[in-house]
Amino acid sequence: MKESFRQSMAWLHTWTGLIAGWILFFVFVTGTSGYFDDEITRWMEPERPLPLQQSLSGDREQLINTALDRLQKVAPEAQNWVVTLPHASLTPRGWHDFTLGWQDLPKRGQAFGLRGRETLSTETAAPLPPVEVRQTGGGMQLYRMHYALSYMPYPVGIRLVGLCTLLMLLALITGVVIHKKIFKDFFTFRPNKNRRSWLDAHNLCGVMALPFFLMITYSGLVFFAAQYMPAGIATLYGTDRPAARAFFDELTEREGDVYLAVTRPAANIETLLSTAEERWGEGQVASIRVEHLQGQPQHVDIERVAGDKVRYERQILRFDAADGTPLPSDPPLNATILTNETLRALHEGIFAGPWLRWLYFFSGLLGCAMIGTGMVLWSVKRRKRNHSDSNLGHRLVEALNLATIVGLPAGVAGYFWANRLLPLDMADRSAWEVHCLFLIFGEALLYGLLRDTRRAWVELLFFASAAFTLLPLLNLLTTDIHLGNTLARGDWALAGVDLTFLGLGALFAYMGIKVRRRWLPSPQKATAVEQQPRVAAAAREAH
Amino acid sequence: MQNSIPQRSAAAGTTASSGIRYRLAVTARVLLALVGGYILTSAILILLALIWPLPKAQALAASTMLSFLVYVAVVIWIFSVRRLRNVCAGLLISTLLCAGLIWLLGGIA
Repeated sequence: MKESFRQSMAWLHTWTGLIAGWILFFVFVTGTSGYFDDEITRWMEPERPLPLQQSLSGDREQLINTALDRLQKVAPEAQNWVVTLPHASLTPRGWHDFTLGWQDLPKRGQAFGLRGRETLSTETAAPLPPVEVRQTGGGMQLYRMHYALSYMPYPVGIRLVGLCTLLMLLALITGVVIHKKIFKDFFTFRPNKNRRSWLDAHNLCGVMALPFFLMITYSGLVFFAAQYMPAGIATLYGTDRPAARAFFDELTEREGDVYLAVTRPAANIETLLSTAEERWGEGQVASIRVEHLQGQPQHVDIERVAGDKVRYERQILRFDAADGTPLPSDPPLNATILTNETLRALHEGIFAGPWLRWLYFFSGLLGCAMIGTGMVLWSVKRRKRNHSDSNLGHRLVEALNLATIVGLPAGVAGYFWANRLLPLDMADRSAWEVHCLFLIFGEALLYGLLRDTRRAWVELLFFASAAFTLLPLLNLLTTDIHLGNTLARGDWALAGVDLTFLGLGALFAYMGIKVRRRWLPSPQKATAVEQQPRVAAAAREAH
Repeated sequence: MQNSIPQRSAAAGTTASSGIRYRLAVTARVLLALVGGYILTSAILILLALIWPLPKAQALAASTMLSFLVYVAVVIWIFSVRRLRNVCAGLLISTLLCAGLIWLLGGIA
């Protein structure tokens, strides 16, 4: 299209980046928060007591029997019963209490049955009174927006995100193509050079986490491969629901399972637990699950505590529920599914322990930085040419950049403020948490349109900084899971959320100071900068 | 059919790049990438699923996973070819070729 291959790739990189940039930035902000979704949910449900982390005290056999008595009473028509033993694991991260859970058989005309869950006393296995939690979307609602967006039907949301993800993949590949000295530039940073600095920062972020970006975009596409690229299933199987069902059953080599109502296992559960512990070690049993598939004997699965293997894999020992004889568990998965699941597991990072999880988080932030600097670069390059205010299109891009890069993170802070400040009995409370996020985004957009762009940047950066920095204080005033308590108890999951807010507040303050120094030089400095070259020239002439 | 973009002016900067011919050329490429490129990618993925030596469902899942890379390559090709005429011809011929092979392999349900 242009003179050379590299030129046309540069054109493609610039424009795909700009078009997809705003949505991608939102996707990266909310998606990055998802690496700590369990922790965020805990922070947003302050009514939950700090976990006691108590193991079972007393006779385990007796306690499990009491739990099964309870299941028999509350869930007589269930497709599964689960008794979870107290343990710490990665899915979901954190401490798991002694609980029982079940899922009823689906009623006629429904796809799924209702689920139930009760927390039990570790001493008597009596059900504890449920904790009344405020209505909140938690970390999951924030995380969900990174692939389904908001205020639009789910099928539209995922396709819009898919298109932007594809454009990002395109921008990454063309970005590498146009980069002549990719390795040398990795070590190049020219601070305080305005346009060159933005470009260097953009390159630095992009190159530093390039493998992460390639992995995260491609695996993101794989999640919805059947929705984004439906042509294959449509031609080879058909376009209706049963056809798609047939494809997935054939792929997983599993026929649609039919469940029967479970009954109390006759086998001694304690014996089965001992068998499992002999194999895996003491305290390595996460849960006991009872299921009954049509055409098979009812079985008991003893499940191991989720480990840190990349692909989440249920490690189970299966026994006949009638007499406790070992049964073969599900057959191994085929290579295609293994590939698919591994890509998805890499994307979600559930397997990651604390250090790797932080690396995921920082890679996500680098993604925000790469996209943000790219968008700023686009408008800074064109600022002079368009004489700032005259061009409406350019002004809109400037305002959208500001609202996205600064307004959205401030909106995320607003999401947490709303969680603490909205009345507890408010209708649709969790939806209003999201409304608050986008109200702040919208106001940032208006602000960017009405006010001088450079000033608006500096002011909103400091606003975002304040919004994050004051969150731990708000938490202190409204709940008892503040830093004073969480740090004292060594609950790093909860304390980490508050500390991250402080870190983000500092980051925005730093950016505010930097941007103010570059874009809003004080009158004296401005003249000094202007005079400098003249003085230098005069000095040269004097020699 | 507009066969090429005014080369010099497109590279020269603002005044020329906002010209109507340039805009039309860009719109054409974008449409070709969105529609033509997508159709070609779909055809390639079906063909790939038919010849991949795996059970049908697995071959299809594998080629669907790979199709994003194919699409990106196709789009890069669409934007890098100098003449619009060549892009159209290339897209048409390769899509028809894939469709013919799919038909020969009996892939239509």
